Amino acid sequence: MSRKNTADTDPQDPGEISGTTRRILSAADIDRALTRVAHEILESNKGPQDLVLLGIPRRGFPLAQRLADKLAAIDDFDPSTSLGQMDVTMYRDDLRRGPSRVPWPTVMPARGVDDATVVLVDDVLYSGRTIRSALDALTELGRPAVVRLAVLVDRGHRELPIRADFVGKNLPTSSREKVRVRLAEIDSPAAAELGLRGAAEATPQDRERYDEVVIEG
Amino acid sequence: MRHLLSTRDLTRDQAIEILDTADRMAEVGQQSVKKLPALRGRTVVNLFFEDSTRTRISFESAAKRLSADVINFSAKGSSVSKGESLKDTAQTLMAMDADAVVIRHGTSGAPQRLATAGWIDAAVLNAGDGKHEHPTQALLDAMTLRQHRAALAGEETTGTGLDGMHVVIVGDILHSRVARSNMWLLTTLGARVTFVAPPTLMPVGVEHWPADVVFDLDTALARDPDAVMLLRVQRERMHAAFFPSEAEYARLWGLTPERLAALDAAGATTAIMHPGPMNRGLEISSAAADSPRSTVLRQVSNGVAVRMACLYLLLTGAR
Amino acid sequence: MNTQNVESSGSHPDTGRWLIKGADLLGEKRVDILVVDGVIAAIDAEITDAEVTTVDAAGQIALPGLVDIHTHLREPGREDAETVETGTRAAAKGGYTAVFAMANSNPVADTAGVVEQVWGLGRDSGWTQVQPVGAVTVGLEGKQLSEIGAMAESRAQVRVFSDDGKCVHDPLLMRRALEYVKTFDGVVAQHSQEPRLTEGAQMNEGAVSADLGLTGWPAVAEESIIARDVLLAQHVGSRVHICHLSTKGSVELVRGAKERGIDVTAEATPHHLLLTDELVRTFDPVYKVNPPLRTDDDVQALRAAVADGTIDVVGTDHAPHPTEDKECEWTCAAMGMTGLETALSVVQHTLVDTGAVTWRDVARIMSATPARIGRLEGQGRPLEVGEPANIVLFDPAAETLVDPENHESKGRNSPYRGLTLPGAVRATFFAGHPVVLGGTLMRPHPAAGGR
Repeated sequence: MSRKNTADTDPQDPGEISGTTRRILSAADIDRALTRVAHEILESNKGPQDLVLLGIPRRGFPLAQRLADKLAAIDDFDPSTSLGQMDVTMYRDDLRRGPSRVPWPTVMPARGVDDATVVLVDDVLYSGRTIRSALDALTELGRPAVVRLAVLVDRGHRELPIRADFVGKNLPTSSREKVRVRLAEIDSPAAAELGLRGAAEATPQDRERYDEVVIEG
Repeated sequence: MRHLLSTRDLTRDQAIEILDTADRMAEVGQQSVKKLPALRGRTVVNLFFEDSTRTRISFESAAKRLSADVINFSAKGSSVSKGESLKDTAQTLMAMDADAVVIRHGTSGAPQRLATAGWIDAAVLNAGDGKHEHPTQALLDAMTLRQHRAALAGEETTGTGLDGMHVVIVGDILHSRVARSNMWLLTTLGARVTFVAPPTLMPVGVEHWPADVVFDLDTALARDPDAVMLLRVQRERMHAAFFPSEAEYARLWGLTPERLAALDAAGATTAIMHPGPMNRGLEISSAAADSPRSTVLRQVSNGVAVRMACLYLLLTGAR
Repeated sequence: MNTQNVESSGSHPDTGRWLIKGADLLGEKRVDILVVDGVIAAIDAEITDAEVTTVDAAGQIALPGLVDIHTHLREPGREDAETVETGTRAAAKGGYTAVFAMANSNPVADTAGVVEQVWGLGRDSGWTQVQPVGAVTVGLEGKQLSEIGAMAESRAQVRVFSDDGKCVHDPLLMRRALEYVKTFDGVVAQHSQEPRLTEGAQMNEGAVSADLGLTGWPAVAEESIIARDVLLAQHVGSRVHICHLSTKGSVELVRGAKERGIDVTAEATPHHLLLTDELVRTFDPVYKVNPPLRTDDDVQALRAAVADGTIDVVGTDHAPHPTEDKECEWTCAAMGMTGLETALSVVQHTLVDTGAVTWRDVARIMSATPARIGRLEGQGRPLEVGEPANIVLFDPAAETLVDPENHESKGRNSPYRGLTLPGAVRATFFAGHPVVLGGTLMRPHPAAGGR
């Protein structure tokens, strides 16, 4: 198993197996997956009309931003009116477990969500509880016509009857394993410096360097 | 965080966490549905041994916006005024399955006693104890100061402290829990605090505090502070020989129209703060209270957000 | 001589023959002490006697029975807090063979009737001698002198007069009291607290009170009264005793007064020799006491003052309170701490182990001088042949984890709860009878009234 080999692995080489960590998606893989998802969204919605992207903090929002940029490049989609961030912390059912969570800002898209096709965007779909919280949170913001779900990784182990409409990568995992998504906007050293103050701008070089999806354990 | 008893206990990171959470809570106040389900099924008891309608309704609306059940327990007219001990009152509340007790008490240390004596298991939130501390007031003041600076600089508040800010606090420092809580919190967040008061209203031992002390208000205002906070003066202090007359107090330590005009003339960006309720014409003139510099109403709305944040952080997370 | 007090001196045919083996006399030399019928019959390096009960005292310091110049026994009136019976059991356990019972009972000990009642209860208890203190003013109200002469001439033979708990603040009244007690060679023991400067006072005024927002009890409120009273004592040629002196400034005033030849004696409590106002940060009312705990600076000054003789005695100010009077908010709580059962350990910890005083000094400050101030015959006597057998055996090598639940006092308000203090009282001989042996309370003195 990789556990034994990894001690000898060159730590300078982040691309290969390191520790008990396996890299599942590289920066290029992530970008290709998002491009495909963007096309699927447009196809499913029959175009960009009434389309709204809502990213779920933390890493769902940069993914939504990237999808929005791709939609804008492919078709007539306006991120300045139709992209938002929706925090779901206060709607979670596990607030009494683990440490207290500081909520993230909710930024409503300028057009609102009423009668829109809202695509919720998150990084990893696992138990489905976050998405359950998101559906509750969304009802307080307005009444969308349709709600869809896009995720970068679906790792299985659902605890609720929830499924994703658009999936970047289906990833069978053991429940003991951890799936880590790293995105330059949040996980680059410059972004880490900003801390809670939010996400950094990320250049293509930053993405190439810091984007990845790995499995630990 | 298990209890919120004193701002002195807060680290910088904890304080910023509360303020950031409060910012989020304030956004909820802008939504059409001003209610969050975070504390559904939890019980918050407002245990008020002192009359303070303003603070009580602020806590009440904070708890309700988080969907908690609220029980108001006013000591007046209850068994408490008939000599029931704090211990018995506390244990009665526990029998009602209180998850948090918001306590306002005329005696310094009563919340700490409630939290540490082993009588109850609930989170204790100090809503003002004697002359000791009033942590949520200081937090809402810090939130207001953070907004004041961010607005001037065109920056975000999230994650920031109050580094480099200078706040002048004027009035009855000796008897003020607001002054104490603000001093600890604002300095923890990197601000500088100057206390201004007649020497009779400055406590012995003030030299050990992380605050500058001056007796002359004009000297302090000339230092171009980011904010000046006027404390309520209890009129009965005059009778205990702390100062000779209200007129003299207002002239020497009140934010008079003349002092307001001087700030305007100097082009200062000084905000005018007051924890309320105000004695217009005594520590603050109407001109100052109603000027665009005044943050008094902003402080009130921030109060609800800060109290939501505190309740949320105290009542969520594993224990 | 107080012939009424059977315990105080003289022989007691019923108390038997006891041989204390290998005790460390005042921490100076190893001796055997033979006690026969209430009197020290022999002290020698090696005594052998077949007709005795032997008490092994190897490694234990032998001191004269302790005398507490400042105890609150609460009876009559607050029997829920303490009774003469429980208070004297606590005293015996702490090594005391005499206690001065303060006058702030209910009714106040301001008449011959009340002081005789307290004195009689003490005699009946048989655990330790109880010497009542009489109030200076009627009802401790500071307005009218109480019947000092009647109390002095009563069976209780009162010599110490005090409004303790309240200050005799009226300067004219204090002057009259100082003058009047001279008739009986009495002394006024003043609770030095300027009332106006301490209205609503909750704790020492200083850095900690500023933080906590508790109303301050300034040092000057104590010092201004001491300054006034030593000048009054000088003016009228009386002696004055300063109760529970607590500040560095008070030490300096008393030192100056003594240098000027004024007949002043001063007392410090064990708690003021150990604890500081930093403890108030807990808001636990077990630390609420009057005068309040002061700063470390004051504590060090008090220790030095005991060492150089400026402070003459250590008095406990043992002040038991029922649990409900301490289990509440700070400002609602009663003032006072228990102390009889921990005093000697605290003195060892703060004064002996620090090198400030010797065990011979301890005998002076906790036995001889308090007895002399209170003019109490037969107590505070040296451990010599022919003297009354009031003896405490104290093991300085022992360690005691303080658990107030195990105290004989009704009060559970010990500020030392949970602390490990050095030393333990192993035996207390009261007029030749071991009321405490092996660290355990035995039986009261057989000559106790009603037995």
